[in-house]
Amino acid sequence: MAGLATTFGSGAMTNSNNDITDAACILAIGSNTTETHPVIGFNVKKAVRHGTKLIVANPRRIGLVRFADIWLRQKPGSDVALLMAITKVILDDGLHDSAFIQQRCENFDTFKQSLDNIDLASAENITGVPRNQIIEAARMYARNSPASILYAMGITQHSHGTDNVMAIANLAMLTGNIGKPGSGVNPLRGQNNVQGACDMGSLPDVCSGYQKVTDPAIKEKFKAAWGIDLPSDTGLAITEMFDAILQGKIKALYLIGENPVLSDPDASHVREALSNLEFFVAQDIFMNETAELAHVVLPGTSFAEKDGTFTNTERRVQRVRKAIEPTGNSRADWLITCQIAQRMKAKGFDFEHPSQIMDEIAELTPSYGGISYKRLERGGLQWPCPTTEHPGTQILHTQQFARGKGRFMPLEYKPPAELPDDDYPLILTTGRSLFQYHTGTMSRKVAGLNLFKGEEEVEINPQDAERLALKDGDRVRVVSRRGHVTAGVKITDASSPGVVFMTFHFAESPTNILTNPVLDPVSRIPELKVCSVRIEKV
Amino acid sequence: MLKLIINGRQVTAKNGMTVLQAAQEAGIYIPTLCADPDLEPHGGCRLCIVEVEGMRDMPTACTTTVSDGMVVNTETEAVNKARRTVIDLLISDHPMDCLTCVKNQRCELQEVAAYLGITERHLPMTITERPVDDSNPFFTLDHNYCILCQRCTRTCDEVTVVNAVEIINRGYDSKVSTFGDKPLMESICKSCGECVVRCPVAALVPKNNIIPTSEVETTCPYCGVGCMMHLGIRDDKIISVKGSRNSQANNGRLCVKGRYGIADFVHHPQRLTEPLIRKNNVLQEANWDEALDIVTEKLSGYSCDQIAVIASAKCTNEENYIVQKFARTVLGTNNIDHCARL
Repeated sequence: MAGLATTFGSGAMTNSNNDITDAACILAIGSNTTETHPVIGFNVKKAVRHGTKLIVANPRRIGLVRFADIWLRQKPGSDVALLMAITKVILDDGLHDSAFIQQRCENFDTFKQSLDNIDLASAENITGVPRNQIIEAARMYARNSPASILYAMGITQHSHGTDNVMAIANLAMLTGNIGKPGSGVNPLRGQNNVQGACDMGSLPDVCSGYQKVTDPAIKEKFKAAWGIDLPSDTGLAITEMFDAILQGKIKALYLIGENPVLSDPDASHVREALSNLEFFVAQDIFMNETAELAHVVLPGTSFAEKDGTFTNTERRVQRVRKAIEPTGNSRADWLITCQIAQRMKAKGFDFEHPSQIMDEIAELTPSYGGISYKRLERGGLQWPCPTTEHPGTQILHTQQFARGKGRFMPLEYKPPAELPDDDYPLILTTGRSLFQYHTGTMSRKVAGLNLFKGEEEVEINPQDAERLALKDGDRVRVVSRRGHVTAGVKITDASSPGVVFMTFHFAESPTNILTNPVLDPVSRIPELKVCSVRIEKV
Repeated sequence: MLKLIINGRQVTAKNGMTVLQAAQEAGIYIPTLCADPDLEPHGGCRLCIVEVEGMRDMPTACTTTVSDGMVVNTETEAVNKARRTVIDLLISDHPMDCLTCVKNQRCELQEVAAYLGITERHLPMTITERPVDDSNPFFTLDHNYCILCQRCTRTCDEVTVVNAVEIINRGYDSKVSTFGDKPLMESICKSCGECVVRCPVAALVPKNNIIPTSEVETTCPYCGVGCMMHLGIRDDKIISVKGSRNSQANNGRLCVKGRYGIADFVHHPQRLTEPLIRKNNVLQEANWDEALDIVTEKLSGYSCDQIAVIASAKCTNEENYIVQKFARTVLGTNNIDHCARL
């Protein structure tokens, strides 16, 4: 998000789910779309069926590879080198959109100079992608307009994730693929309401609508609305909170609907931190590996038991409606927080229904200004939707970028923080299965889904399996510098030689014990997609 | 806009529309068993045949595009006679257990047969019992009810582009099957159930086939696509899920988790139903007053830089808004984040 905020001025998906089918070319990089965003995956495949060119850039032989015109199998963590090389080819071939660059963008000359020292030989060396494939992909992307780029956590979860995103933004600006149907830079958000949680200001540096907590005018605005001076220092990001707890700085934690013991990198560290808290209150619909460590556990309700809204990956705010009564004595999460606040004698938490909360959101959040439950009865609205007459926005940056001019960012390739060596010779990369979801708190309760994917499998290339004398179904111990987990083995050429893949759905094989907590310095995203491991037969 | 005449009535239609679409838009019923708004025209079931002045034979309305001045008759004796023959052939190998069939009153074959006034079987039953593919945990493929309309195979090709099912064999041996004629569970089927939704008869049916008393439109809680869905409710339980066509996020489509992965977790016996408080190092059930009192008292006891809040990408916008407002105004800290980065 930080990458797009720097270059475009807004971190959200520029175009829409349906709009993908209008693309003449799709570049899917770091997104296993058919497994993790299945319905958008339908759109991509349907587009290909109707003549759209598809370039897949992924170290793994994902489902989309079968539909791709070109498959770039880059080494994990080499995306910046790959994207810069593609950019270089487009410029050298004169396939860039000079008019768009001149009218809509800035910093192009500096950017262009920075490409002088890029050569395809070193790109081939770093990425493992043959140079003719890089050239072919560059030409295909540049010559088939409009072109859309889809990406997901395979791009962002790196110690240089922000650079990856900016490299994508550079490529789109270079070819004028912004602000029109079928084009764009489209980060596919992983969780149902991760877009909404960001929009609402569940972030350490911004209030709702990305209004900076450090901006005096914003502080003034919220003081007038809430009657309280906002704290002005940027807060801690989730990954930093655990360090602060272990350093004794943070002593109390209120956690809602998350399971960091399974989802966060270096899980042993997270567990140790949570056990160190003086007071830890967790709110969830199930007991899970994280809530087990709490002093108080509050039962929230599932989405089916409450009213509200979710904002999907394409910025579409849609209704969540109460379909059944809360289970047992559980309570809607908004109500629980309001009740705690009221008991702490706070004003401004006496809401009787979520529609009233939305009214306050609309009042204080320019991009949500025109959104109300009354309007949502007629269907979802895509932000920005600033006024009650505004129809919502399908495509961002049509006339100008959110920040004015799109900013080209010179970049330098940086390798992943941890590379294979003699002790840990394999790269581990992680992701999700279609049949499970995140830490499995919900999906593993579904008997049918467990039949499709019921336990962790380390996906390993046949060459590596042969060298390690492994066969399908063997149990192995996967060891990194941070810990070890055991899991079954699945031999598949979906993994390239030297790279193994695991999901993080299963508490019995908590993959994130292995992963590297090193952070991207800007977005503070951990490098979940690349760490070094070795595999031992159990 | 084009003008045409259907059954003596003037009807307007957009260029490129089929006769079937133009008639449906004008509220004129033409029976069909293979047409579906999401699928390419197929012309397979032959039930939508009509007469068009100046055209030979009886073209299928679903594959004939409209032209200006076209004169169409959908209800001539010749047309209905031919349609009745199609139904006679279809039901010659279709079970007649309608009253106890899971699709009773929701079966399109039943609907079309009733429209055409079919009251008895004219041809002898030709086929013996066929095996049922029960391998998938969410739905059943029962070849005995299949009328080979190919909506399922076309859905798997055109809508989801998975291509797990196809028609194999020829003539009486034709059937919907997978590569190598393996059970669905051993195929590349992703269990999205889009074929099940479009099956006009009881060939592809969900295993849980209770009819809801009411439906509520809401948004899926799994990934970020934001598919809207109708939850079917009966006795305060979710018993079915249907994709909503009202949302442009998904246009009616769902994946396996959205369609089949909701009720089991919402109604799971391990759901937390009471607040829990740690006493003697064990989490024990407590009442809300007791739990909220402890939370309030404890949280009040720390300075603002000693507290942090982790909100949730699973919770609603309203909940996230309230939580960050709580962190910033009540606890006095910007130490609030959620799993956006994970």
